[in-house]
Amino acid sequence: MLDVTKIRKDFPMLNGKMMQGKPLIYFDNAATTFKPQTVIDAVTKYYTEQTANVHRGDYDLSYQISEGYESAREAVARFINAQPREIVFTSGASAALNLVAYGWGQKFLKPGDVVLSTEAEHASNILPWFKATEVTGAIFEYIPLAEDGELTLDNFKAAMHSKVKVVTLANITNVLGYVAPIKEMAKIAHEYGAIIVVDGAQGVPHIATDVEDWDCDFLAFSAHKLCGPTGVGALYGKYELLQQMDPFMLGGGSNARFDICGNILLKNPPYKFEAGTPAIEAVLGFKAAIDYISAIGMENITAYEHHLRDYLMSQIRDMDHITIYNPQAATGIITFNVKDIFAQDAASYINSQGIAVRAGNHCAKILMDMLETSETIRASLYFYNTKEEIDHFVQVIREITLEKCVDLFF
Amino acid sequence: MDITDPMLLRQIIMDHYQYPRNKHAGDTRHNHMIHMASESCIDDIKVWATIDSDKITDICFDGVACTISTASTSILTELLKGKTLDEAKVLIDRYFDMIDLKPVDLKPLEEAIAFYQVGKQANRIKCATIGWNAMKQIIEESEGQHD
Repeated sequence: MLDVTKIRKDFPMLNGKMMQGKPLIYFDNAATTFKPQTVIDAVTKYYTEQTANVHRGDYDLSYQISEGYESAREAVARFINAQPREIVFTSGASAALNLVAYGWGQKFLKPGDVVLSTEAEHASNILPWFKATEVTGAIFEYIPLAEDGELTLDNFKAAMHSKVKVVTLANITNVLGYVAPIKEMAKIAHEYGAIIVVDGAQGVPHIATDVEDWDCDFLAFSAHKLCGPTGVGALYGKYELLQQMDPFMLGGGSNARFDICGNILLKNPPYKFEAGTPAIEAVLGFKAAIDYISAIGMENITAYEHHLRDYLMSQIRDMDHITIYNPQAATGIITFNVKDIFAQDAASYINSQGIAVRAGNHCAKILMDMLETSETIRASLYFYNTKEEIDHFVQVIREITLEKCVDLFF
Repeated sequence: MDITDPMLLRQIIMDHYQYPRNKHAGDTRHNHMIHMASESCIDDIKVWATIDSDKITDICFDGVACTISTASTSILTELLKGKTLDEAKVLIDRYFDMIDLKPVDLKPLEEAIAFYQVGKQANRIKCATIGWNAMKQIIEESEGQHD
């Protein structure tokens, strides 16, 4: 088990931060996560000691920061078991998913081709593909989810057919937190000649990721959901696919040479996708975050979160006034409602007790039709949360009433 | 009404949330409809009104909304039904002044005074004003048609 007391000392946000006059309990880790001091230091060190552009100077500072930037790429690659040249830095998972949909999807999809996904996807993994199918004349299809919202291999097999060219889905969904069987799905997708795109925004921070073992074709994730800075993320792509696809934008740093006739020779991947000066300090912070959680160990993080989740679930499962939408999910996301209290009202009350949770449809608007509710409350845990925090949360949930929610306004 | 009695004000909000008045879809008798979908939260309501020359003869609303949105819109429908456009505009302006925590005479707002402190929860002001903004737009639209 983790030494959470020691871990918490590394996070300024977990040391004395108050909300509504109460010690902050942060259960919105699926939205973003807190940063350890090492990440904050890596970001500020760039501004206080290392400022120069990358790949652009013949002086020591620029050389050193270019080396630092590329060593971050190596760290990201190692973290998901990829090669450094297969890692494209982007502004986050959304940009990475868009890059695949525009750069690969709009280039290679043909009329009648099918993009296959699920109703539990985040908007960032649906809307770019809606656009790609609209532009190319391809068709969007959904794998039916089981009654509890889980994606089963049998349902996937039944939905798969020869017109499917792209399978795109999250390995852990952001509303229900189910873990999809990516490795088995990739094998099946490849048998049909399709590629598989994995939205790893909720998965990579919480379970060990091995793109070689899974044999997925693309994987997108964000740094800020794994204790890194905002504004940076990565797209992993198999190198031959990265070579085939087009960049999302062009500019400085992405071309090797061009002339006045308009001839452009792009650099090789990943550089052809990284036009313009990147978020250098964020990339350095990204590396610090990966170093930090790697030192704790992904297996330890997964096991501890699972333990926390079981502890929370065991206490609220039998409460008559609580509806839980994902009782079987194996990750730290608990999606629920308080009977007869609108989710936003309940979340406001929970906020008044110093606890941060999210109410809403969590950017997965089409899933809400399946759950037959317009909104839910989501509590999402990370490795720095504690049983004591859960005890307090459970107490708040046990005592919540509509009267208390309305009383916030007086 | 004693606005220093939070129990009473709470009762008003609870009552209008649990038993909202005029909460149903409009029909052909309504000559105005506005769809209000909040970009920042889940609230998604439609407000219908019948405006006969310069009088609001009917208002109803329907949709998905939180306690505060539902109760504030329910109260609005009762307060403004039967009022002239000029009377309604004065009341709506007064309501927005109250939400902005300005010192105004609250008496004419009747049950809507239940929201006199909603401004303290800044993230919920939109909930307390969504229906009122809808009605304001309907009145402006109606007056635009007559100009």
